[in-house]
Amino acid sequence: MSEQSNKTGAGGLIRRVFVKVGVLPFFLLAALVIFTALSSKFLTGQNLVNVARQSVYLVLVSMGQMLVLISGGFDLSVGTAIALTSVVSASAMVFFAGIFPDAIWLAILLGAFAGFAAALLVGMVNGLGVAYFDVSPFIMTLGVSSVGAGLALFLTGGVPVSGLPFEFADTFGFGRLWGIPVPVLIALICIVVMWIFMSRTRLGTQIYAVGGNIKAAHLSAINTKRTLMLAYMVCALIASLTGLLLTARVESGEANMGGSIALESIAACVIAGVSLRGGIGRVENVVLGAFFIVLVQNGMNLAQVSSYMQMVLLGVLLILAVIFDQLRYRIIMSGR
Amino acid sequence: MQSTKLVETRGLTKRYPGVLALNGVDFDLEKGEVHVLFGENGAGKSTLISMLAGANSPSEGSLTLNGETMTFASVADAQRAGIYTVFQEFSLIPTLTVAENIFLGWEPMKGPFVDHRAMRRRAREMFEELDFPIDPTAITASLSRAQQQMVEITKAFHGDLSVLILDEPTASLTDREVDHLFGFIASLKARGVGIIYISHRIQEFQRIADRVTVLRDGAKIGTVAMAETDEHALVEMMTGRAITEIYPQIAHTPGEVLVTAEGLSTPGVTDASLEIRAGEVLGIAGLVGSGKSRLFRAMMGLAPRLGGRVTLKGADITGAPTRAILRAGMYYLSPDRKAEGLDLAKTSNDNLALNLVMGGKGVSKAGFINWKTIRAESDRIADYVELNDGYRPKLVSQLSGGNQQKVLFGKCFGQEADIYVFDEPTVGVDMGTRSALYRLIQQLAEAGKAVVVISSDLPEVLNLSHRMLVLAHGRISAELSGDEMVEDLVLKHFFDESGAKA
Repeated sequence: MSEQSNKTGAGGLIRRVFVKVGVLPFFLLAALVIFTALSSKFLTGQNLVNVARQSVYLVLVSMGQMLVLISGGFDLSVGTAIALTSVVSASAMVFFAGIFPDAIWLAILLGAFAGFAAALLVGMVNGLGVAYFDVSPFIMTLGVSSVGAGLALFLTGGVPVSGLPFEFADTFGFGRLWGIPVPVLIALICIVVMWIFMSRTRLGTQIYAVGGNIKAAHLSAINTKRTLMLAYMVCALIASLTGLLLTARVESGEANMGGSIALESIAACVIAGVSLRGGIGRVENVVLGAFFIVLVQNGMNLAQVSSYMQMVLLGVLLILAVIFDQLRYRIIMSGR
Repeated sequence: MQSTKLVETRGLTKRYPGVLALNGVDFDLEKGEVHVLFGENGAGKSTLISMLAGANSPSEGSLTLNGETMTFASVADAQRAGIYTVFQEFSLIPTLTVAENIFLGWEPMKGPFVDHRAMRRRAREMFEELDFPIDPTAITASLSRAQQQMVEITKAFHGDLSVLILDEPTASLTDREVDHLFGFIASLKARGVGIIYISHRIQEFQRIADRVTVLRDGAKIGTVAMAETDEHALVEMMTGRAITEIYPQIAHTPGEVLVTAEGLSTPGVTDASLEIRAGEVLGIAGLVGSGKSRLFRAMMGLAPRLGGRVTLKGADITGAPTRAILRAGMYYLSPDRKAEGLDLAKTSNDNLALNLVMGGKGVSKAGFINWKTIRAESDRIADYVELNDGYRPKLVSQLSGGNQQKVLFGKCFGQEADIYVFDEPTVGVDMGTRSALYRLIQQLAEAGKAVVVISSDLPEVLNLSHRMLVLAHGRISAELSGDEMVEDLVLKHFFDESGAKA
C-alpha cells in the first residue's frame, strides 16, 4: 500500500476505473479473452444470445439479492424461495386445473399467486427475524433456507410435481412476444422497474440509507425496521418470480431447484461492486455481474471444464471479488 | 546546533498528492517537558505526530532523537526507540482482559506457554505504580472510556519510555479523571520523559504545558512558553482572529413553550422536568455521565422512558417512536457523527440529500424523486453551512472533523423543524468551524426556533445560552439564567450531591 501510483498513464486509468466501477470490467475482459482463445464457438452472436437467455434467471435473483446486500444484510434463502415457489405453484396449478378445467388461465393465475404467497412468507420471516429480533442475516436466512427446503421436500415427498397446464410452460417457458423470449421480456421489465425504484424513489433511497448507516437513518426519520422488511420481502418476491419462470421451463415443480443460486447471486453482486457492508450498489452493474457469471459458466462448458471444477472456480471467483472489494473500499475511504 | 534535545525535527514536510499536509516544520522537545501542539483540525498536528510515531514517513526533512537521525519504518519501530503514542482511536482489543491487552505482543513466557499469572501480577504492579484503579482481569469492553484510556497509557510502559505522545487524551474524560491524568503526567515529567500533548482545550492544558507550538494550515506559526501567553493570544495565533468574534450575541425573544417534560426518568436520569421555549437557546451542562445526553435521548425515544410525561406542542409524545417525534418537528443532532450521524461511504451531497428526501422536498406524491430539485436544495444548504464547493462531491470519510460536522448540521435543514437539540455540537471541531456553527445556532434562535445546546464544553454553554440547566448524578441540579450563569456557580452544581444516590 505504501507505493504511490502516479495518476497519469495506463496505471492511473486502471486505478480510476477500479475505484469507480470495481473489478467487473477487468473480470469481463479476462473472461472474454480466455474463453475466446479456448473455444471458437464462444464469441459468436448465437452463443451470446444464448448466454443472454440463460442469464435471465440469475439476473433476476441477483437484483433481489442486491436489495438485501445494499440494506446491509444478505439472503442465503433465495434458493429456498425458488424451490418453495416451484413446488407450491405447481401443486396449486394442478389442483385448480382439476377444479376449473375450462378456465385454465385462472388456474395458472391462482397457482402463481400461491407461489408468490409462499415466497413472501419466506421473505417476511427473514425480515421479521433480522429487523425485529436482531438475528444476524447470516443465521436467519441460513435457518430459513433449511426450513423452506425441508417444507418443499415434505410437501412433495421429494417427487417432482408434474401435469402442469400446457399453456403455462408454453407461454412462460418457451413463449415469444415480438420475437423476444417471454422470460427475457419479463427480466427486462424487472430491470427497468428496479432501476427506477433504486435511483428515483424515496423507498430506494431509504434502503441505501439503512445499509449505509442504520443509526443515522433512524435519526433521519426513516422507519428502519420496515425498510429492512421491505428489502427481504422484495428479494423473496423476485426469487419467487424466477422460480415460476424456471418451473415453466422444466414443466414441473421441483423441490431441488435453485440449489446453488444463493452463492451465484452473491458472487454476481459482489463482482458488480455491491458492498458487503451495505449502502453501495447499482442495478445496471448487477445485471452485468450476473451476465458475467453465466458467461463464465457458458465458457467453461464450451471449454469442456467439468461441472465439479466449475464449482471450484465459482468459489474462487467469489473470494477474489471480495478481496478486490476490500481493497477498493480501503482506497475509497483513504481518499487517495 | 548542539543536540541535547530529546526530539528535534528540521524542515519536516509531508506531501500527499495535491496537498501539502505539513510544510517545513521545525519542532523540538526537551527532556521532562510537556509540549502542547495546538491548532485547528487539518492544521497538521496529526500529520506531525504520525511521523514522530512512525505511522508515516516524511517527504522531506529530518527527525532526530537524542541527536541521532532516525527513520521509523513502523509504529513498532518508533516504540523500540522509546517513542510511544496514545492515539485517539484506541488500539485495545475489547474481548481480551486488561492484562492481556497490556502485554499484547510482549507476553511473559514460561517455556512455550504464556505465563498468565506473571502477566496479571505485573499488570497489577503497573496499575499500582500509576495509581490507576483498574482490575487487570476485567474484560476490556466492560471498562469505561476513561479506564480504557488509562489501560492504553499503561501499555506505554514497556521498555524505555522516553517520549509519550498523547492525542486529545481528555476528549472522553471527566474532570476528575483529567486531574488524575495530569498528576500522572507530572510524575512522568519528573522522570525526564518528554511529552507531546495535542489538545483543543486551552483551559485544560494551560495547567500542565511548558511550551505550546501553534500550527495553522500545515505550517508552524510559532512556539511560545505557556507562562508568557494566555488563552486569547493562543486562539488568535491559531485562528488569526480574536476570541470575542467566536461566540455571537444571540438576541433573546422567548416565545411559547414548545416542549415540556415532567418527571421524566430513564436509566441514569431520574425525575427530570423542563420546558423548551421558542426563540431561546437552552443550555444543558454537566459532567460526562451526568445524564445530560441521556435525558434528551429519552425525550427523543432513543432511550427507554421509564416514567414521566413528554409533550411536544401540546401533544403527548411520551411513547412515540423517534421518527414520529422528528416528523413532528423536533430534531436531534447526534454527538457521534461517525457512528450515528453520517453515512461515511457516501458523498456530502448524498448525506444531505437523505434528509431532504425524507423531509419530502423534491419528492412527488407517489414517492418519485426529482434529483435536480434535491441537488439544488442540497447546494443551498451546503452554502448555508459554509461547506466548501470542493468538498460536496467528496466522500464524507475523507473530510476533516470540522467539515463532517458542517455536513451533520446541514442535515438538520433538510427536514422542517421547530426545535433543534444539538448534542455536543462542536466536539472535535476547530475554532474556525465552531464560530460558523455558532452563527447557525444564532440564526435559528433568532428566527424563532427553540434551540437546545447540550455540551461538555462549559464556555460554549455559558456563551450561547439564554437559560441553562445543570445536571448532576442524573438529576437536574439547577436552572440558571441571566447573571447566575457564571462558571463558578455552574461548577458548584456539577458536584451537587443533594440528589445523589449511592
